[in-house]
Amino acid sequence: MADRVRSILIAGVGGQGVLKASDILSAVIIEAGLDVKKSEVHGMAQRGGCVTSHVRYGTRVYSPLARKGNVDVLLSFEKLETLRYLDYLRDEGRVIINDLEVYPPSVNMGEAEYPGNVIDLVMERVHAVEVIKASEMASNLGDPRMVNTILLGVLSRHMEIPRGTWDKVLRQTFAPKVVEQNIEAFHLGRKE
Amino acid sequence: MKVLMSGNEAIARGAYECGVTFAAAYPGTPSTEITEEFSKYEGVYAEWSPNEKVALEVAIGAALAGANALAVMKHVGVNVAADPLFTVSYTGTNGGLVVISADDPSLHSSQNEQDNRNYARFAKIPMLEPSDSGEAKDFIKLAFRLSREFDTPVFLRSTTRLSHSKSVVELQEVNRSEEVLEIRHHPQKYVMVPANARVRRVAVEERMKKLSAFAETFPENRIEMKDPSVGIIAAGMAYSYAREAFPEYSFLKLGMVHPLPAGLIREFAGKVDKLYVVEELDPFIEDQIRALGIPVTGKEVFPYTNEFDPGIVEESITGKKQDLKPLPPVKIPPRPPNLCPGCPHRGLFYVLGKTKTFVAGDIGCYTLSFMKPLEGLHSCICMGASIGMAHGMSKALGEQGKGKVVGVIGDSTFIHSGITPLLNTAYNQSNVVIVICDNRTTAMTGMQHHPATGYTLQGKRTRELDLPSLGRALGIESVRVINPLDLKETRAVMKEELEREGPSLVIAQSPCALLIRKKGGEDKALRVDADVCTGCKVCLGLGCPAISWRKFDGELEKKIKKKTKKQEGISVIDGDLCNGCTLCSQVCKPGAIKEVI
Repeated sequence: MADRVRSILIAGVGGQGVLKASDILSAVIIEAGLDVKKSEVHGMAQRGGCVTSHVRYGTRVYSPLARKGNVDVLLSFEKLETLRYLDYLRDEGRVIINDLEVYPPSVNMGEAEYPGNVIDLVMERVHAVEVIKASEMASNLGDPRMVNTILLGVLSRHMEIPRGTWDKVLRQTFAPKVVEQNIEAFHLGRKE
Repeated sequence: MKVLMSGNEAIARGAYECGVTFAAAYPGTPSTEITEEFSKYEGVYAEWSPNEKVALEVAIGAALAGANALAVMKHVGVNVAADPLFTVSYTGTNGGLVVISADDPSLHSSQNEQDNRNYARFAKIPMLEPSDSGEAKDFIKLAFRLSREFDTPVFLRSTTRLSHSKSVVELQEVNRSEEVLEIRHHPQKYVMVPANARVRRVAVEERMKKLSAFAETFPENRIEMKDPSVGIIAAGMAYSYAREAFPEYSFLKLGMVHPLPAGLIREFAGKVDKLYVVEELDPFIEDQIRALGIPVTGKEVFPYTNEFDPGIVEESITGKKQDLKPLPPVKIPPRPPNLCPGCPHRGLFYVLGKTKTFVAGDIGCYTLSFMKPLEGLHSCICMGASIGMAHGMSKALGEQGKGKVVGVIGDSTFIHSGITPLLNTAYNQSNVVIVICDNRTTAMTGMQHHPATGYTLQGKRTRELDLPSLGRALGIESVRVINPLDLKETRAVMKEELEREGPSLVIAQSPCALLIRKKGGEDKALRVDADVCTGCKVCLGLGCPAISWRKFDGELEKKIKKKTKKQEGISVIDGDLCNGCTLCSQVCKPGAIKEVI
């Protein structure tokens, strides 16, 4: 698995926990004994704007940024953001979409339309597409913020990293108060 | 121990590991976390200075006393600090002095894309440039070593992608180098009157010569020979991209971008058939290689603007466009950053946008209110520019500009560089209204303290700057304090002050919504009563992310009775996002917006 550098692109909206997810993912990869680099955005880009994080891993990684057409998994926390970064995906790449719409300001003001057929548009172009109601699942578990742990669970099925490694890192990451629910959320995603 | 660290965290860690105990900075993306992280280490002193010039002067003072001192800033901060910078190059540093310049290719969070490698050459200061977090940690140590060894300030250049990408770092033991802290008098070296400065001027050239010789054997300038048909010279992040795109080619990896190792470059050029320089922004290395008479390919194939990635490097060298799948043929609405729900700036700029004035703006979250629907800010040049520009515009317009020119500036930005221009409005008397958008923090960069918050970077309670008293002390006769979340008051005070003769100062004071959330403030979300909402869309004019428009579809119409024949929908408030600032209920004439009971 480590012959070629793999790239995962996590996309979402400011405040959804994209950076936390990519931090956990990177820690898991280090724990698995691989090299990893990740990029993220801060500052101006945070205020409700698009947030992306590239996570790249292998035996030796140079660039923290993936090139277009080279991403193995696009993990999208919001439907519209999937479309925005679809050209990063490689031909045989996989898309994991959280079934959630967050309206950009122009849509809120009624000046632009939120595309109604995002999932169809993605499916027309990509073979491996998974649509997960992660936000709904997180709310049902009692904390909408756990959407990122659920989605990491879904992602984990497509990475050859043992379950124990994930559990270990999740236990190191979360405060004692929330660690058990997050592990539950992760495994819920892993089973989905 | 191996840990994942951002470039910024690694710089802070490296400084700590090599015994640096002193840092001064002004926050600025992408540099902010360096000082924040450093300040948490044991036994160090770190401060937020009011601006980068002060920060550098503070660090110079510490270095002259023998300390190893860091001055940290974003690329445009170096412009502010440029005055002391050029002359500390003459005096040298005694202790260690490293200036970190965090550049922002692609302008992720900046007003320009300047390439601060030019400052290294301009000010005759050596510059190191790491290519990942591991190197960032090593290079800050090397920078301090060079500073002490050559008695020179040293630049460490980062870019957004280095500062904010994370990679694996091996933590090491702390190795406190001996600092001899004492007062030393050496006027010939530290009093830069012309007679002394002329002597130091020569010393600078001698130092640059020695540094050039050092660069030839500096282990971080290294040739990595593979396929000799193509050779690539690169430093920093550009090296990482190029190395990934062309693992088979030969590289001259430069850890020091100023001064360049001319001999090593000649040697490398002699070993390869075709030579490229891969560098973001200016042809800084390329021009110098050309000046050596060495043929090289650079900006004729690489872009001048924006950051690179491995794809851009590959396309530029091969000349072949990547074969990418086209994006779906739908309009993807943009998602620009926006003022947060409950942001106090929204109230002020909602009022200003309707005053038909020119609002000279500044750097901060409030700059975002230039966008639709608020459109309440009409210029943004640099930190502190609003007040001087407003004054200049008012003076130029004369009578015609009376009551028409406003300058807005954040609290932290005002302290950074708004005090002298405010003094100027009082001294030279213009008809401007200056508004300090005082949200009690440095919000845009992530809630840093400043002199008016009453706390230091390391959490100590301190003297709190009193902004109204300062305004009066500068000679502003009319100083008003308002709550920008009270639209009636904001409108009334702005009207009165715009009509007033002479400059006035309005302090629009209400804490940042994120600050309230951080302190655990209670949100009382509002809701729209669908039976009262007339669908007039006035509340949408606030541009609040918590308010959205729901068009009537068949189902919604069944549930809600239309108030007018023309009504096309209703406004909806997302209770999870709303923090109950009440601006929308203040603009809602039918009274449809209420507290959730």
